Amino acid sequence: MTDLSRRKLLVTGLAATAGVAGLGVAARLAQKYGLVPPDHGGIYGLGETLTYATQRLLTKHSLAREFRRDQISKRPLANEMPPLSDAFKRLQSGGFADWRLTVDGLVDRPGSFSLDQLKSYPYRSQITQLACEEGWSYIAEWIGTPLSHVLDLAGIQPQARYIVYFSIDPDWWESIDMADALHPQTFLAYGMNGGDLPVGNGGPLRLRLPRQIGYKSVKFVTHMTVTDDLKKFGKGLGSAEPEAGYAWYAGI
Amino acid sequence: MARLESAQAPLSVCAPNPASAIPATTATPRHSTLVRVTHWITTLCFFALLISGFEIVISHPRFYWGETGNVLTTPLFQLPIPASRNLVQTGYNYVLPDQNGWSRSLHFQTAWIAVLTGLLYLISGVFTGHFRKDLLPHKSHLSWRAFSTTIASHLRFARPSEAEAWSYNLLQRLSYLFVIFVLFPLVIWSGLAMSLAFVSAFPATVTLLGGQQSARTIHFFVSLALLLFVIVHVVMICVSGFRNRMRAMITGRTAAPREHP
Repeated sequence: MTDLSRRKLLVTGLAATAGVAGLGVAARLAQKYGLVPPDHGGIYGLGETLTYATQRLLTKHSLAREFRRDQISKRPLANEMPPLSDAFKRLQSGGFADWRLTVDGLVDRPGSFSLDQLKSYPYRSQITQLACEEGWSYIAEWIGTPLSHVLDLAGIQPQARYIVYFSIDPDWWESIDMADALHPQTFLAYGMNGGDLPVGNGGPLRLRLPRQIGYKSVKFVTHMTVTDDLKKFGKGLGSAEPEAGYAWYAGI
Repeated sequence: MARLESAQAPLSVCAPNPASAIPATTATPRHSTLVRVTHWITTLCFFALLISGFEIVISHPRFYWGETGNVLTTPLFQLPIPASRNLVQTGYNYVLPDQNGWSRSLHFQTAWIAVLTGLLYLISGVFTGHFRKDLLPHKSHLSWRAFSTTIASHLRFARPSEAEAWSYNLLQRLSYLFVIFVLFPLVIWSGLAMSLAFVSAFPATVTLLGGQQSARTIHFFVSLALLLFVIVHVVMICVSGFRNRMRAMITGRTAAPREHP
């Protein structure tokens, strides 16, 4: 072996060792700072982790783009969904007077909220875009209570890391980290374009998350759990979507 | 670099090149290791992005201009293909299986690999002088006569001279530069402009393109341009001696003799 090839081998070996060690340190740091998504296992785990970590670092406090009133879509598309359950129809026939949002988990004051209660809290509105992973989108004015307000009322405990939220449709549940949960544009939306939120768009109550793809904005929200560990829910991938092959983090 | 004009081998398309029987003796590789490795990673990435991108498109094969677009708005155009979701009326009486989940994950993961590979190539290309030496048009290229000669030989599908096996001709240089410095940046930019979270931090990325749906339409057309480039690239490889060119890009060796100065 010549000197040159020995040196080359040595340099390559050192670089490889440094690379592996660097990756190990990066993985531990990412875990520590909450930059690893719950669906990081599997063949797409690398991509999911890189996207989530990068966007979490870049967009922790950034605001979703807001639009002018004249940019609101004339007809907000109510896309197709599975048939509504009998439980939903019963509540609908009562004008949603009995609709409740229960909040439990790592909170000091677990309880439930009626729509009237939610509407009595300070409200905000945002003219933002809803973009579906299929490729279509619309802009609407969304009216509601910032999720952070309801979480404050419930009193989240310091070890809280994620909010898991459930639709009345048992197949649709999602979760978000605290950066998204406490983000000023994350709403419990009950109104749209000046009126009540139509059922086709997720009424009477939809979690609105304008910095992620539409499937994270769960329609017909009835239940919310504050947790420090997503492994306790479903298959432990964070939400229903990863179980169906979709990414947990959908900022892209 | 000395130019060696040797006897022209008979033109064969995608057939073994007789010249490849000549053993390669030169120690200098035709393409550096870094160019070869990044070339093939990019090739794999391209096909992964093409397939996954196509799967994503068929879930909504309609394109729009501006900020928003959906089945209630007028499209710019609609691809005459069946869709994998029932929201879009396609005229076909069936809905293709939904492949959006893994397609999106594969698309974004591959995009990461492609972008990081591209960065490695870009940085090393600047430091090794690859762009300056191999890709920027040579002084001798910049005459009207040289330009028309290159065009004419391309139009005749003439097999390139042996000298060209050691360097790129003007059209190659211009198309590679266009792909590396125009199409790649544009496809990355328009892709990021569709990301709701990314544009929340960098809104100009999407407003400069005219809106989120415009970004999606631009992304589609730039992808088509890249596909066209790959097709022409492969045809040119076949015309100029498939085996020899493949060998040069895989092993770095080429059968074309080179006179060392």
